[in-house]
Amino acid sequence: MDFIKIIENTISAFFGIDAAYFALAAIGLNIQFGYTGLLNFGQSAFMACGAYGLGMTSQYFGVGMWWGILIGLALVIVLGLLVGIPTLRLRADYLAIVTIATAEIVRLVVRSVRFKEYFGGSDGINSFSTSFRNLSPFDPGAQYGIRPFQYSGYSLWTMIVGWVLVVVFSFLVYMLMKSPWGRVVKAIREDEDAVRSLGKNVYSYKMQSLILGGVVGMFSGMVFALDRGSVQPDNYSRDVTFYVLTALVLGGVAKVSGSVVGPMMFWGLYVFSDNFLRELTKDRPFEVFGVGIIQKSQVGPVNYMLIGLGLMLLMTFRPQGVFGSKEEMALDGR
Amino acid sequence: MDAERTYTELAQRARAALASVDASPGVAKPDPILLAEKVRRNFGGVTAVDVQHLEVQRGSITALIGPNGAGKTTLFNLLTGFDTPDTGEWMFDSKNLKKVVAHKTASLGMVRTFQLTKSLTKLSVIENMKLGATHQIGEKWWNGLLPFRYRKQEAIIERRADELLKRFKLDHMRDQYAGTLSGGQRKLLEMARALMTNPRLVMLDEPMAGVNPALKQSLNEHIRGLRDDGMTVLFVEHDMDMVHDISDWVVVMAEGRIIAEGTPDQISANPAVIEAYLGTHQGKSLLEEENA
Repeated sequence: MDFIKIIENTISAFFGIDAAYFALAAIGLNIQFGYTGLLNFGQSAFMACGAYGLGMTSQYFGVGMWWGILIGLALVIVLGLLVGIPTLRLRADYLAIVTIATAEIVRLVVRSVRFKEYFGGSDGINSFSTSFRNLSPFDPGAQYGIRPFQYSGYSLWTMIVGWVLVVVFSFLVYMLMKSPWGRVVKAIREDEDAVRSLGKNVYSYKMQSLILGGVVGMFSGMVFALDRGSVQPDNYSRDVTFYVLTALVLGGVAKVSGSVVGPMMFWGLYVFSDNFLRELTKDRPFEVFGVGIIQKSQVGPVNYMLIGLGLMLLMTFRPQGVFGSKEEMALDGR
Repeated sequence: MDAERTYTELAQRARAALASVDASPGVAKPDPILLAEKVRRNFGGVTAVDVQHLEVQRGSITALIGPNGAGKTTLFNLLTGFDTPDTGEWMFDSKNLKKVVAHKTASLGMVRTFQLTKSLTKLSVIENMKLGATHQIGEKWWNGLLPFRYRKQEAIIERRADELLKRFKLDHMRDQYAGTLSGGQRKLLEMARALMTNPRLVMLDEPMAGVNPALKQSLNEHIRGLRDDGMTVLFVEHDMDMVHDISDWVVVMAEGRIIAEGTPDQISANPAVIEAYLGTHQGKSLLEEENA
């Protein structure tokens, strides 16, 4: 078994582009769910807004890719209003139901044959990232870094952009949550009526939180699309939302550090267990006392099982996540 | 008890004004700060509130009492915009509140607390307090990103919050999570937080529920202090001793209607009130009732 390889891959996953775009999505979700208490199960829809905003501009509108950010913003705001207006007056669970449905509607619309000429159907949109590629200061052909952290020029470029965005948004969220605005949304999470009785327009704050979180999610979708150089509808399915949520809970909700480190650990653990299982079953099925436990073709599903198990253990023994405050957690339900 | 108590000029004026008011349900007051007219709320087939006319004298402490299910809290919800009546009009300081949403009433100068205390458990005590201040610059998200825009105002708010905490004897808990406070301290915090909005009318929904006797005394003093500072207090309460002790005027509700009004002394002698509260057999011991 090649332990060096497993460890190398795990460490690269910590800092990889996947962790970066997950962190962005988690930062957005943290504004909505962690601080404001909005159970948004449709973060992938906001990510799709970003990715498609970017993809469609250069492909169909014939304007530069940078207009994609503006178009993405417009899409996010429209989507936020569309989802928020009917549901934010209701109890939290309704928002959860509506957002999960919304994300699916968005995905099914963009992958539909009917709108293939706009969204590219299930093939999605490709080749829109040239202007972003051209901005890269690195030589696309060369390899940068030392083993095991070796990246092509383009990967390095997207990674840097991704992590810079993570740092910028972490800082902004930190500032925001320290401000009176943050105080109001945290109070809304605790008790809406109390906040309303003190003269705050709760509905408007929830809408702001939903859209601000959506905007950060939009950048996540953009980073992901730029890294892959394509936009594909099935990259924005339910699973993405739930993995991001998982990563956030792993790190600790309502903590800026949690929303960044959580995704890093999520990908680290994911890659570790995946690599480990692959190494384990590389030559022959893994057996204990002659009983077959796992073989090569089962690695994928078993990996998910292990992650699920890990999550259950986490929720049982450390419900506040890695960075969450135990003291705060203990105040629940009093 | 009344004899040894001193009243500020404002309180004296309110008490004098009320002394000359007829003790009948729905009576007009010389200077009402709150006025409700034909406010009615049905839940399904049940009429929870059906108030023909109610006025609350400015500068007074008015108690709203009545047996469980009399509609006191519902009336509170209606007056503060947390619920909408089927019919009726109500005014605060001669401003019609019919179309005013709940969160706007606080900036008009009318603030309420809740029967089940709503202390925001995961915020510290001081954060709870600062939340109460209205018109904060930093509550706009774009200003929230620019600390220099709200820092000055925040300092003023914090100073005011600290003063109020001291007055309510919560200053030693300043940086604790509100969730660590006792039930009574939470009541105090909620009241203090409400004062951060600079209200003219404070509506307290059962401020004494679940509070130990020692703390009740100090809560009493605090409520009286509100009136002495020029605020009008309307509160719901079950504890008759306390009602008698601190209120200038008492309004009695039963089955959604106002059945009696008057000074505390007039109310405790009112047979309709005693009947509504205790049933017709009041005043007899259980033994007597058994024998009867």
